[in-house]
Amino acid sequence: VFWQLLANGLVTGSVIAIGAVGVSVVYGILRLVNFAYGDLMAFGALIAYGCNGPWGLGMVPSALIAMAATAALSVALDLVLWRPLRARRAGFMSLFLASIGLALVLRQSLLLAAGPQPRSYRVDPFKVYVLGSVRLSQAQVITIAVATGTILLLGVFLARTTLGQTMRALSDDRALAAIAGVNVGRVITVTWILAGLLAGIAGVLAGLVEASFDPNFGFHLLLPIFAAVVLGGIGSAYGALAGGLALGLAMELSTWPALFGGVNPVYKPVVAFVLLAAALLVRPQGLFGRARVV
Amino acid sequence: VNALASGGFWAFVGVVAGIYTIFALGLQLQFGFAGLLNFGQVAFMAVGAYTMAILVVKEGWSTWLAAPLGLAAAAAAGLLLGLPALRLRSDYFAIVTIAFSEIVRYVATNEDALTGGSQGTIALGKVGSAAEYNGQWTRFQDWVQGRLHLTSKDTAMLVIVWVVALALLTLVWLAVRTPWGRVLRAIREDEDAAASLGKNVLAYKLQALAIGAALAGVAGLFYAWQFSFFSPDDFQPLLTFFAWMIVILGGLGRVWAVPVGAAVFGFLFAGTRFLDFRPLSSLDSADRAYLRLIIIGLVIIGLVLVRPQGILGKRDEMVLE
Repeated sequence: VFWQLLANGLVTGSVIAIGAVGVSVVYGILRLVNFAYGDLMAFGALIAYGCNGPWGLGMVPSALIAMAATAALSVALDLVLWRPLRARRAGFMSLFLASIGLALVLRQSLLLAAGPQPRSYRVDPFKVYVLGSVRLSQAQVITIAVATGTILLLGVFLARTTLGQTMRALSDDRALAAIAGVNVGRVITVTWILAGLLAGIAGVLAGLVEASFDPNFGFHLLLPIFAAVVLGGIGSAYGALAGGLALGLAMELSTWPALFGGVNPVYKPVVAFVLLAAALLVRPQGLFGRARVV
Repeated sequence: VNALASGGFWAFVGVVAGIYTIFALGLQLQFGFAGLLNFGQVAFMAVGAYTMAILVVKEGWSTWLAAPLGLAAAAAAGLLLGLPALRLRSDYFAIVTIAFSEIVRYVATNEDALTGGSQGTIALGKVGSAAEYNGQWTRFQDWVQGRLHLTSKDTAMLVIVWVVALALLTLVWLAVRTPWGRVLRAIREDEDAAASLGKNVLAYKLQALAIGAALAGVAGLFYAWQFSFFSPDDFQPLLTFFAWMIVILGGLGRVWAVPVGAAVFGFLFAGTRFLDFRPLSSLDSADRAYLRLIIIGLVIIGLVLVRPQGILGKRDEMVLE
């Protein structure tokens, strides 16, 4: 059972981790806690469903279309909402509230356009891969493979490419990066594209893992994602990755019967938050965040 | 039926606006005066309502004893959240409060034995008997209706809710004028400066959080009495966001702006029920509910963009940052 839970934890954790990196890069560059991110993920998941279900496309082209569409929406939202707010020098509170308003608009628009019924991707639910004592569904295998690929690509992008390094420089010290000749406007656009691509793929993977999903599911994903971002230290992309994987593993392993009888599975999200609260009490700046010197 | 012209409907809108006034007043104290980014206000409403209902149905308490205990439980929940969470930076605090409100809702949904689970308070009693916790309240309502010669029970509720709301508004208005209130505002403006004057910043923040939570508890009691049955789904984070919208709509750091914001919000919320002219008449009622929330989301965004100090707010005292 332990190995099975570990595998499940990796699946859950990698979805949370990808979403958390998306939230984290946006916070790093724009100081925006994006409450609408879960609904952006739901948008991606629904676009992929539209391609996969009614149109009959395969899962891979569907996911790619969903990522492109989510990135396009993400950039469009920057143009109509976030850029005007930046022009007004809106602070943390204004941005957070605007993102709450946006989350409402997005989620309800999805409900209006797509309806509240649950839906599933066309994958074979009975195809099972056995690996020693671990049994993985096709959806889980796809998720692990895609998530590993995404995380590796992301790591290479942030660490090795000029664009990735520029993004990290900007998130470290905006004024200094601007003086050093960084084109801030361009990096912001790239940030939104990256956040949109990540939201798209995370949404599709979450939809695969959850077996069935509806337009509301983005919000339920958002809370573990926030927990992962905070756990890793707000604004640290690597921290968000580690935080996501740690939370996913902790959530699944907490149900292990050998561990004080295990937690009732419905309380998995609660486990994430209790862990977060405990971690914050020890390290108020997050696991990878730096203590702020004012 | 032309609901627009019916007095009963508008009495209902008034009751809801009154409950939201009390609910958002707590948030005004926490954010508008003490600067706390509380995004879990709905949790305290749930704690107040559930404590009262459970004590009445399961323990057979009188409503008049259970209600103050509901308030105490809400305030205690505020302290429980604040003791660890208030030590965090404000953006972390905001996220932890949302999480707290979701945890309360998870527990209420899953601890069937305690709360009746996802079915709500209807399942609080024994199997086969619908639990009733508002019998004493209904008798009180009848008594008010008789004494004041009111035409309906709804109007009686309207009067009771607004008498309590006005009393609480006055109390908070007086409280923020005392030295205590000035310290809160000093903390909002500059925590370190307040601390350097020897003020115990954490203690003041805890007090603001707990009093605001108790106010949410009062709102929870009225919510329970008004709707007679409730379930965990009634305490979605959406309600907290409504309170934020009311506080910002009215104006930050202004006690009497809260009822103005609540009235505008109530009107907006109820008014959008009547979006049934063409081409919207082709939508069914579920679709119109989505549309209503879209409009509310757009209003929140518009306010942040256009008037961050709210209708009655003073730009030089407090603007959203």
